[in-house]
Amino acid sequence: MTAFLLKRIGIGFLTLLIASVVVFSVLEILPGDPALLMLGMNATPEALAAMREQMGLGDPVLLRYFSWIGGMLVGDFGRSFTYSSPVIELITERVIVSLPLAIISLILSTAIAIPVGIFAAARRGRVGDTASMGLAQVGVAVPNFWFALLMIYVFAVWLRMVPAGGFPGWGNGIWPALKSLLLPSLALALPQAAILARVTRSAMLEVLGEDYIRTARAKGMPRQYVLWRHALRNAMIPVLTIMGLQFSFLLAGTIIIENVFYLPGLGRLVFQAITQRDLIVVEGVIMLLVASVVVVNIIVDILYAVVDPRLRVRT
Amino acid sequence: MEPTGWRTVIRQAFANRSFLVGFVITALIAAMALASFVWTPYDITNLIVADRMKGLSGQHLFGTDHFGRDILSMIMIGARNSIAVAVVAVGIGMGLGVPLGCWAAARGGWVDEVLMRFNDVVFAFPALLSAVMITAIFGPGAVNAIIAIGIFNVPVFARVARAGALSLWPREYVLAARASGKGRALITIEHILPNIVSILLVQGTIQFALGILAEAGLSYLGLGAQPPMPSWGRMLFDAQTRMMVAPHLAIFPGLAIVITVLGLNLLGDGLRDVLDPKLRRQR
Amino acid sequence: MSLLEIENLRLDIGGTPILKDIDLTLGQGEVLGLVGESGSGKSMTALTVMQLLPHAASAKGRVTFDGIDLLAAPETAMNRLRGNEIGMVFQEPMTALNPVKTIGEQVAEGIRWHTGANRADAEATAREILDRVGLPQTKFPLNRFPHQLSGGQRQRVVIAIACALKPKLLIADEPTTALDVVLQKQILELLRDLVDERRMGLLLISHDLAVVADMADRITIMRHGEVMEDGETARTLTEQAHPYTRQLALASMHVPQRRTHEAAGPSTAAPLLSVDNVVRDYPGRRASLLRKAEPFRAVDGVSFSIIEGQSVALVGRSGCGKSTLARLILALDKPTAGSIRLDGADVSSLDEAELKPHRRKMQVVFQDPYGSFNPRHKVERLVAEPLHLLEKAPSPAERREMVSQALHEVGLQPADMDKYPHEFSGGQRQRISIARAIITRPKLIVADEPVSALDVSIRAQVLDLFADLNQRLGVSYLFITHDLTVARAITDDVMVMHDGRIVEEGKTGDVLDHPQSDAAKALVAAAPDLQRALRKRLVEQG
Repeated sequence: MTAFLLKRIGIGFLTLLIASVVVFSVLEILPGDPALLMLGMNATPEALAAMREQMGLGDPVLLRYFSWIGGMLVGDFGRSFTYSSPVIELITERVIVSLPLAIISLILSTAIAIPVGIFAAARRGRVGDTASMGLAQVGVAVPNFWFALLMIYVFAVWLRMVPAGGFPGWGNGIWPALKSLLLPSLALALPQAAILARVTRSAMLEVLGEDYIRTARAKGMPRQYVLWRHALRNAMIPVLTIMGLQFSFLLAGTIIIENVFYLPGLGRLVFQAITQRDLIVVEGVIMLLVASVVVVNIIVDILYAVVDPRLRVRT
Repeated sequence: MEPTGWRTVIRQAFANRSFLVGFVITALIAAMALASFVWTPYDITNLIVADRMKGLSGQHLFGTDHFGRDILSMIMIGARNSIAVAVVAVGIGMGLGVPLGCWAAARGGWVDEVLMRFNDVVFAFPALLSAVMITAIFGPGAVNAIIAIGIFNVPVFARVARAGALSLWPREYVLAARASGKGRALITIEHILPNIVSILLVQGTIQFALGILAEAGLSYLGLGAQPPMPSWGRMLFDAQTRMMVAPHLAIFPGLAIVITVLGLNLLGDGLRDVLDPKLRRQR
Repeated sequence: MSLLEIENLRLDIGGTPILKDIDLTLGQGEVLGLVGESGSGKSMTALTVMQLLPHAASAKGRVTFDGIDLLAAPETAMNRLRGNEIGMVFQEPMTALNPVKTIGEQVAEGIRWHTGANRADAEATAREILDRVGLPQTKFPLNRFPHQLSGGQRQRVVIAIACALKPKLLIADEPTTALDVVLQKQILELLRDLVDERRMGLLLISHDLAVVADMADRITIMRHGEVMEDGETARTLTEQAHPYTRQLALASMHVPQRRTHEAAGPSTAAPLLSVDNVVRDYPGRRASLLRKAEPFRAVDGVSFSIIEGQSVALVGRSGCGKSTLARLILALDKPTAGSIRLDGADVSSLDEAELKPHRRKMQVVFQDPYGSFNPRHKVERLVAEPLHLLEKAPSPAERREMVSQALHEVGLQPADMDKYPHEFSGGQRQRISIARAIITRPKLIVADEPVSALDVSIRAQVLDLFADLNQRLGVSYLFITHDLTVARAITDDVMVMHDGRIVEEGKTGDVLDHPQSDAAKALVAAAPDLQRALRKRLVEQG
């Protein structure tokens, strides 16, 4: 078990290392002079020189790479030029919006999808199954930002139940903040829930066809008991895989959804930073997001081992 | 899977309800995109400000946008863009991913290990985020959107091809081919590829649908096809600020996306049922 | 009244008739053998009794157990019967247990459900029954998971689950088919002891007449969903009143006509194949990070030789290393040490390109007649595959001629070359497999369990074909099998393999009649033998 875990963590670090090289070099090979891009065409040569100096563009590439990596390891992500503040401050400001959004969405989508998937599998071929899977089939096809627009129209413009966008901050009480996260998290969660429900159903159906289900039935265990006690845990293995992948989708989804709802989160930060060529911010946020995907993958691997004893001995 | 001639497969496919519905939808969307090359209800390069944001009427079936352009015509031309981006992106993914996956499975050892680690890295980047990064850096536009989406299809196809190939290598007919002195490359072409075509086809329709969604997302962010070329995602972006007065601006491009993706997913589900009933229904 | 009575049972699945007018009865403490080839409806009969049929199935007729009409019993009543009054053991022990639950949970679960016992009491009962089936506490605590057990041990757990509550009826559906002969004997003995001890009725389903003759008091023979004959075992099988019974019995004892190959002795002729001190290690599983993994030695210093025209059997229990050895000889895998020479050339040290001229001299026939062909190719292309090894590629016309000749040689029609493999039965596919193996006129054919997946009547025909080709073409065989009757039927010499080593070798008849090593003795003692079983039965009955 520990060997298994150590190997997974090792792979995680390797992934981060390669990712950092990729991110750094992609932004490094950018066409054009970053200082010029930042200051605009009208900048004086002196200002450009000063900017280059400040950005450390004169240093050798390797030195800049290692100082960037080294800085991140101690929490120094550099300084944004457009916001004139340390990147780490920008990130912490925005994480408190994006993280709750991601967590609420994940909880919502899991809480909806897994019961629906089990229900559909248990009633295979009957009305409940057909109806819920038909709905899921449509849900998979809905782009989350379009779904968001429709919800804004119905709940914010028409019914005036929630704000159409913006974020009041956590300082003004938890309720208004949560209220402004409600539509965004629904918009993120429901299309994901549609996918997860389909996966849950098919995993359950596959497991229900296994020999050991027949053994349990031959023992006299009723259908419902077998469904919950024998099938569910085995079906969780593919479901976990998809949940792990969905976390990454969710992070990417925040870029669009935060733009739809004008939420000051990480996704909006990175999007604005990219369009403004604020490279140091882009690098920092992307590495943070990649790291969180890596961490979630390790958690999923641990959960695999919890669910499936066969994985506990494998190295 | 029992081997059957392609004729039987096609007959079974059309007897499958998912496949049939999906096929009809996909064919209609494709026909609409093709038709737009020769005919659209209105010329969308002709801006008639007097007609701006008209509602649904006999003249403009889906209404007009803020420049007075006919929405139906815009959607028809936008279909070209969506389909082209998704087709090329899937092509890139298959063209690079399948050979890589087959190579990893055939060669094993360090080649396999390196390719799989590389896959891990690509999977660690939230796909849309990286597409945003690529298009933003190399400039927005349809071509860069295609490349950005295509790159993230490569590891998907590599993984599917590798898994399929790995399950075939220990088969007795592959061992028999090896006992006949055939090399890895020849065996991959003769025995592995024909038997993983079906799973690749199914994955292809899934990635095609995801490609359309991703393109819409990028266009919505202003990173896909650039105006005046219409695209469904961009139309939704333009609709957002005008939704209070003209909700139809948002409804029809969105429905176009949903119906296209739904059609492709149904097509994929049907194909999977017909080609490989045992294959796990995963998405 | 009997314990189980089936009258006029008819079963349809999705409109297709599966069973037609099945009648059978089973009394308390009685063992009934249900015999038939694949597709005869044996398993479906058992699942009807359990009421665990697929959804689209509809059963008509009368099935009574202990006076209860099972076809009319509601699901809740069936739940009370299953596992409590009727236990069932399945064919495939590797997949019959839930991989995420401990064996203790899986045995205790049914006990708690039926008796309402608390966890501790149920676990105590589970412990008792696991001890009884040969899984003692010291080596198999309740918290073991199925993947930590071997196939034979898992089948013991399944038996423990089925017998935990002392059911009146035990149904065993091919309980030993997935196990090797030595394990088969152990499991059958366990079943018989449990049946005697608890006066259970046992419905034993098997395709193997010898197993049934050994175990069953009465026998019911099925074919195509119908009962052909039933009666007292020894009488039914000796009198063979029904032609199908006769056909089955003859096929199971079939020995092909062949003249034994009198080896001139290795001194006069250079051996065709010589295996010299071959070792194959596989990397072991690492126990911890610090300790390096012990390699697993699958083949351990094996040496032997085969001369031209000789037919040699390699027998051993599953996991003894015989299939690994076959792969090494076929140069599909490289030995860790030692050398393998074919016709003088050291094939174990050549790379793929250098091997090509040598591969023509040896070909292979595999066990699974379904998995040995690329399903997308036609027979012509499948059989022609080894022609790749010829120095000069034949023209299409020559190729068709060669394929046609090879098909003719194995008893198929030249027209068959334009069909796909799924259009053939299992036995015919095995013939296609053999046609592919002989098309380059090899000197050696390695056959890995070539008949063990076939029904007995088909098996007899395929064995005849092997014997015939050996005489006509002078081809040598290395036959890998766990089945001694196959070895006896068509080989001159036999080697017994155990734990990666060859522990005994000699003339087939000598070794099988007078085994010396423990491994060979165990194999011989465990091998089911129809005549021996019948003799024993007749002696017991006086």
